[in-house]
Amino acid sequence: MTDLPLLTILIALPLLAAFACLFVSAGAARWIALAATLANLAIGIILWIAYDPAGAQWQFVESLALRGGIAWVLGIDGIALVLILLSVFLMPICIGASWRAIDRRVPEYMAAFLLMESLMLGVFAAQDLFLFYVFFEGGLIPMYMIIGIWGGAERIKASYKFFLYTLLGSVLMLIAMIYMVSEAGTTSIPALMAHDFPMDAQKWLWLAFFASFAVKMPMWPVHTWLPDAHVQAPTAGSVILAGVLLKLGGYGFIRFSLPMFPEASAMYVPLVFVLSGIAIVYTSLVALVQRDMKKLIAYSSVAHMAFVTFGLFAFNRQGIEGAMIVMLSHGLVSGALFLVVGVIYDRLHTREIAAYGGLSNNMPGYALLFMLFSMAAVGLPGTSGFVGEFLALLGTYRVSSWAAIVATTGIILGAAYMLWLYWRICFGVARTPEAAVMRDLSSREWLLLAPIAAGVLWMGIYPESFLRPIRADVGRLLERVERAAPPGDAQLARGAARPAAGTHAPEAAH
Amino acid sequence: MEPLIVIVFAPLLAALIAGLFGRWIGATAAKAITTGALFLGAALSWPIFLSYIAGGAQSQVVPVLEWINSGDLRVAWELRVDTLTAVMLVVVTTVSSLVHLYSWGYMAQDPGQPRFFAYLSLFSFAMLMLVTADNLVQMFFGWEGVGLASYLLIGFWYHKPSANAAALKAFVVNRIGDFGFSLGIFGTFLVFGTLSIPAILEAAPQMAGSTIGFAGMRVDTMTVLCLLLFVGAMGKSAQLGLHTWLPDAMEGPTPVSALIHAATMVTAGVFMVCRLSPMFETSETALATVVYVGAATAFVAATIGTAQNDIKRVIAYSTMSQLGYMFFAAGVGAYGAAMFHLFTHAFFKALLFLGAGSVIHAMHHEQDMRFYGALRKEIPFTFWVMVIGTLAITGVGIAGIGFAGYHSKDAILESAWASGSVHGVIAFWLGAIAALLTSFYSWRLIFLTFFGAPRWAASEHIQHGLHGDPDHPDEEHGDSSNDPHMPPTGTGGYHPHESPLTMLVPIGLLALGAIASGFLFHDYFLDSAVFWHGSIAFDEHLAHAMHGVPAWVKYSATIAMLVGLAIAWHNYIRRPSAAAGFVRQFSGIHAFVKNKWYFDELYDTIFVRPSLWLGRLFWKGGDEGTIDRFGPHGAAYAVGVGNRLTYRLQSGYVYSYALVMLLGLVGAASWAIWWAR
Repeated sequence: MTDLPLLTILIALPLLAAFACLFVSAGAARWIALAATLANLAIGIILWIAYDPAGAQWQFVESLALRGGIAWVLGIDGIALVLILLSVFLMPICIGASWRAIDRRVPEYMAAFLLMESLMLGVFAAQDLFLFYVFFEGGLIPMYMIIGIWGGAERIKASYKFFLYTLLGSVLMLIAMIYMVSEAGTTSIPALMAHDFPMDAQKWLWLAFFASFAVKMPMWPVHTWLPDAHVQAPTAGSVILAGVLLKLGGYGFIRFSLPMFPEASAMYVPLVFVLSGIAIVYTSLVALVQRDMKKLIAYSSVAHMAFVTFGLFAFNRQGIEGAMIVMLSHGLVSGALFLVVGVIYDRLHTREIAAYGGLSNNMPGYALLFMLFSMAAVGLPGTSGFVGEFLALLGTYRVSSWAAIVATTGIILGAAYMLWLYWRICFGVARTPEAAVMRDLSSREWLLLAPIAAGVLWMGIYPESFLRPIRADVGRLLERVERAAPPGDAQLARGAARPAAGTHAPEAAH
Repeated sequence: MEPLIVIVFAPLLAALIAGLFGRWIGATAAKAITTGALFLGAALSWPIFLSYIAGGAQSQVVPVLEWINSGDLRVAWELRVDTLTAVMLVVVTTVSSLVHLYSWGYMAQDPGQPRFFAYLSLFSFAMLMLVTADNLVQMFFGWEGVGLASYLLIGFWYHKPSANAAALKAFVVNRIGDFGFSLGIFGTFLVFGTLSIPAILEAAPQMAGSTIGFAGMRVDTMTVLCLLLFVGAMGKSAQLGLHTWLPDAMEGPTPVSALIHAATMVTAGVFMVCRLSPMFETSETALATVVYVGAATAFVAATIGTAQNDIKRVIAYSTMSQLGYMFFAAGVGAYGAAMFHLFTHAFFKALLFLGAGSVIHAMHHEQDMRFYGALRKEIPFTFWVMVIGTLAITGVGIAGIGFAGYHSKDAILESAWASGSVHGVIAFWLGAIAALLTSFYSWRLIFLTFFGAPRWAASEHIQHGLHGDPDHPDEEHGDSSNDPHMPPTGTGGYHPHESPLTMLVPIGLLALGAIASGFLFHDYFLDSAVFWHGSIAFDEHLAHAMHGVPAWVKYSATIAMLVGLAIAWHNYIRRPSAAAGFVRQFSGIHAFVKNKWYFDELYDTIFVRPSLWLGRLFWKGGDEGTIDRFGPHGAAYAVGVGNRLTYRLQSGYVYSYALVMLLGLVGAASWAIWWAR
C-alpha cells in the first residue's frame, strides 16, 4: 500500500479538472475531462491492485477533522472498491460518448460530469455519516443540471420529477442520521455499523433510510422518475444514471440498512420482497409495450434492480454477493445499452423503435455488440448478468421459494422484451430510408463499447476477480446480520430413506 | 493437451475466427476452419467412444478454470467424460461435422456464409459444454448457449418476419423451461448444498421420502426437484405444452433443422433426465410424469404430423414424437433404451432432414409436398437415402436384424410393457399407435414427394426458378395454404437436379448410420451395465424383462408399421383421390390436427395478449395514471414537512450546515436551469 492519500486524490482530481474546465474552450475542456477521468481510472486500478482482500476491513484510510462536527474521513472496503472501479471505468466512456453529441456549453457540461464523478466517488469512500450525506445528496445537483440543461424536449419536467422524488427520501434520511448521531454519539460509519440500536428505533430508522434508498434504487412504486429522467437525459447522463447513481441505493442498503439495523431489516423482508416481486413482473410487462428505446431500457433497469433488493435481503452469502454482481453487471450492461441506443440516436435523432429495423444489414458490428449486451441483460450464462442473477436468485430461494418463483419469471419476461426490441431494431428491414443508410460504428464508438463488452465477458467467465475483493466484507456483514436472519421456508424434513437403487426392480419382476 | 479440451474448444475458437474475422479472411477460409474444427472433434471423439465400447475406460474430469465461488457454492468450468458423455460426443461431433460439410453445398449461394458457419460452430461448442458438464451450472451454460445459437440460426434469414418471430418464440418458450430448470437448480443446491452432479447423484437416495416446503406447500423433496428440472427438459426437448416453438423453428435453414432441431439440441432434455437418472429414480411421481408427458407428446405430435404439407414440418413433428418415445423410455426406467433411441435417431433424423434439404434444393426452395411428385427418377440418390431414413424411423427389421429404429424403438415399446406399471402400459399403447401414425406420415412423405405424377408447374418457387427472378430471395418458405386439393400435374418445363457432392456425401454417411447403428450397438446400449459403467441408473432387471415380453408385444411395432404403410400406400399410390375424400368426410378432425390442436391460438389468447394488455394497463393506468398523479405531489408535500421537522431538530453546526446545503441545492439547481434557458 502506498502512502499517498489515494482516495483524496481520486476525489480531488476531477474536482480540480472541473474547475479548470470552466475557464477553457470546448475542445480543451473535452481533453481535460478525458485526461482527468483516465487518470482516475488509473488510480482506481492501482487501488484494485493494492487492495488486500485478506487484509483489514477498511483500507486506504485517511482522516482529517473539519469544523462543525463533520470530518474528512475516507476509507474503503471491498464493496466500496468494486463500486469505485465501476464508476471510474464508466466515466471516461461517458466523456467519450459526449465528445460529439454535446455541442452546447461544453465546458460547463464537462465540469458537471467531473463534479459528479468526484461526488460519486466521495459517496463510496466516505466514512463519516455527514460527509456521506453531503456527497450522496450533492451528487444530485450535477445530474439535475445535466438533465435540465443538456436534456431533451421535456427536460425541465423530468429533472424536477427526479429531484422531488430523491429529495423526499433524502430529507427523511437526514432526520434519521441526526437521530442516530445523537443516539450513538459518533458520526463514524464503521462505528455505527457496529452499534446496536434498540428495536423500536431501528424500525423507524430503517424506514427513513429505506425512503431514500428505495427512490435511488429505484423500487416500485417510487420508480416513475427513472424512465422520464433517462428519456430526457443525454446519452452519457443515462449511462452514469444507470451505471452509478442507481447503485447508490444498493450501496446504501448494504452499508447502512443491513449492518446498522439488522433486526429491522429482517422484519421488513416481506415488504422488500413484495415490492421487488411486483417490480419485476410489473416493470417487465411495462417494458414489453414501450415504443421508446430508452424508456424500455429504463424500465428493464427497475426490474434488474429488483434482483439486487431480493439478493440483499436474502440474508445469505449467495444473495448478497449476487446482488453486488448484479449491481456491477447492470452498471456495465445498462450503461452499454444506453450507449447502444445513443449510437443510433446520434444518427437519426429519434428514440422511436419503429423508426429503425434491419440494422444488421448496414451496421453488422453494431448488431453484434447489441446482441452481446442484450444477452447479458437477459442473463445468458457466460455474461456478467448470469452470475449476478443466478447467485441473487439462488440466495432468494434459500429464504423463500415463493419469492424466487416470482423473481425468476423475470428471466422469461426479460428475454421477451429485450429480444423483441432487438428484433425491431436489428432484424427485419429498415422502416425508414434513413435507417437503411446509417453507418456502422465509428472507431470512437468501438473504443467506447469494446471495453464494456470485455468487462461483461470477463465478469461472466471469471467473476472471481470481482468476488474476491468483496468476499471478506460480505462475510463481516453476514456475521453482523445472521442473528436476525429469517428462517427459510424450505424446512427440509428427512423421511425414511429408501434403498439406494433399483426402485423399479420389484415392478420389473412381475 | 487433453483431447477433450480440443474437442470442446476448437469449435469455439473456429466460431470466433469465422464470426469476427469472416469478412477479412473470406467465406472459404471461414468455412474451412469451422468444418475442420468439427471434423477434428469427431476424429477425437470416436476413439473415446470406442474405448467405452471396448470396456474398461474410466470416467474422468478435466478442470479448466474456476467459475463461481460464493460461500459453500463452488462451481468450476470442467469437462467430464464418461459413457453417457462419450455417446453424446460422437453424436454431436459426427452430425455437426457432416452438417457443416453439407452446408458448403446447401448454403453456397448465401451471402452470409461466414456468419452461418460461425453460428453452427458456436452451437456445437455450447452443446459440447452441455454434455461434458460436471455440474448443473455448466450444464445450464450449455443449455442456454445452444438456445442462443438456435435463436440466431432460426432467425438466420433475419429480414423475414416469420423467421424473426420463430426465433423469438423459440427463445422465450425455452426460457419458460429454463424458469423451471433454474428453480430446480436453486432447490437442488438448497437440499444438497452442492451443484456437482456426481455429488448430487450420490446423495439423492438419502433424500428420498423427505419433504420440503415449496410455494407454501409441503411436498416430497425429490419429486419437486425432479419436476422442476423436468420443466427445463420439456422446454428444450419440445414436449407437449412447451413444444410450440419447434415446428416454427423450421424457419431456419435446413442444415440447422437437421443438426439442432433433430439430432442434438432437442435431445438435451433426454440427456438431462438420463444424466440425472439416479435422482429421478428417487421419485416415482416424477417418473410417472415423465412417462405421461413423453407418451402424450409421442401421440399428439404423430397425429399432427399426418396432416402437414410442408416437408420440414412433417419431419419436425416426427422429431417431437420420437423425443416423446425417448422420454417415456426414461420414465419407465429404460435409460439405456432412451439413450439408444437418441443415438440412432440422431442418424436417421439428420438423414431425413438433410435429404429433405436436398429435395428442397432440387425444387428451388419449394417446401410444400403438394407441389412435388415423381421425383424418384429426377433425384435418385436423394430418393434412396430418404427411403433408408424412412425404413429406419418406421423400424423395419425382422428377427433381430433391421434398420436403426427397429432396434431402438422396439426396445422402448418392450421396456414400457415390461415395466409392468399402469403408466408403462398406457405409454406402450400410445407408443404403438404413434408408431402406426409415424409409419403413415413417413410413407406419405415419400409417396407424395417421389411417386405419382409431377405437380411442379403451379409452384411459385419453380416459376421463380424458371424465370430467374433476381428479386426473389434464395431461401426457404413454408406451407402457404390450407387448400386440401392437389395442384394440377405438370412439370412446367422444370427439371430438378441432384444436389452437389458436398451434400450427397454427408447424406450417404448418415444413411450408413441409419442402416447400421442399431444393429451394431444394441447389445451395448440395451443390455450392458458394464458399458454404461454407472453413468446412468441402468436397470438390469428391466433390461432382462424386456426380452421376456409376449410375442405380440414384440411384433406390435412391426404390425403398426405395416398398417401405417398400407394406409399410406392406399391413399397416396393406389387411389390418390382417397386422401382428399377422407379430409372432406372428417373435416373437423382434419382441421383440428392440421391446426396443431390449436395450441398456438390458445397460448396467444391466455398468455401473449394478456401480457401486452397488462403491460399497457400498468404503464398508462399504473405509472402515469396513479403513481405520477399522486407521487410527485406527495413528494413535494413531504419535502415541506421534512423541512419544518429539520428546523425543530437542529441543534448544532452540522444540522444547519446540512439544511443550508439542502436549500442551496434547490436554489443553485433551479437557478442554473432557469439561467441556462
